Amino acid sequence: MAEAKTSRPLSPHLQIYRPMLTMMMSIVHRITGGALYFGTLLLVWWLIAAAAGPNAYASVQWFMETLLGRLILFGYTWALIHHMLGGIRHLIWDMGYGFGPAEREWLTVATLVGSVGFTILLWLVGYLIMGGIR
Amino acid sequence: MTDHTPRSLRTPLGRVRHLGSARSGTRHFWHQRLTSVANVPLTVAVIVIVMALLGRNHAAVVQILGSTFVAVTMLLFVVTSVYHMWLGMQVIIEDYVHDELRKLVALMANTFFSCAVALAAAFAILKLSFGL
Repeated sequence: MAEAKTSRPLSPHLQIYRPMLTMMMSIVHRITGGALYFGTLLLVWWLIAAAAGPNAYASVQWFMETLLGRLILFGYTWALIHHMLGGIRHLIWDMGYGFGPAEREWLTVATLVGSVGFTILLWLVGYLIMGGIR
Repeated sequence: MTDHTPRSLRTPLGRVRHLGSARSGTRHFWHQRLTSVANVPLTVAVIVIVMALLGRNHAAVVQILGSTFVAVTMLLFVVTSVYHMWLGMQVIIEDYVHDELRKLVALMANTFFSCAVALAAAFAILKLSFGL
């Protein structure tokens, strides 16, 4: 019953526990998921502008070129890749693998290193080979 | 003859209020995983598409986004990722919003937002593809 005021003992909340990497990454997975949820507005804006015509598309391109636009896009790239790699880690756990103390730490570190690494790599390729945001 | 032998742990009141097992307990979990598996190759494909569009002018972007293979990939990505995020946001709302009315409103807003995003994106892709 949601309305019932109980004086029963509650299970310890987050601040009771020492922060651990697996726990922080679980929280980050949810945060990146929430960010990507609203990030779809950016995708829709881009697609609608492309469909609307050259003038609308030019205003999207103008925004993406600004410092704020680049920061948002960089964050979007990282959130997308991090959530994807974190999701793959959760799929591995769903199958019942990778629960050992060493394995779960290794998987978690690999997610973080992988997401940061791939994000930087993609932006380097974007700027050096594809000519960047123009 | 009415049989009064209890066959279920559900109370008569719970049965009247339609509380208890709806026989769909694992569907949400399963669809979250189903869409996540689909999203792995689709996300990689969309990243490749977006990278290929960097620095191109509007005409080139329209031509590439409107081509059949790219448009179908984009449509699949929009459908699976919006369904995935709709399910995910539902879980977040149910975890943090405990007031019944606020929860109801938030869950409705989640559905409206997700439908609007999916329809707007799909419309844009189809418009580019059919050149209307």
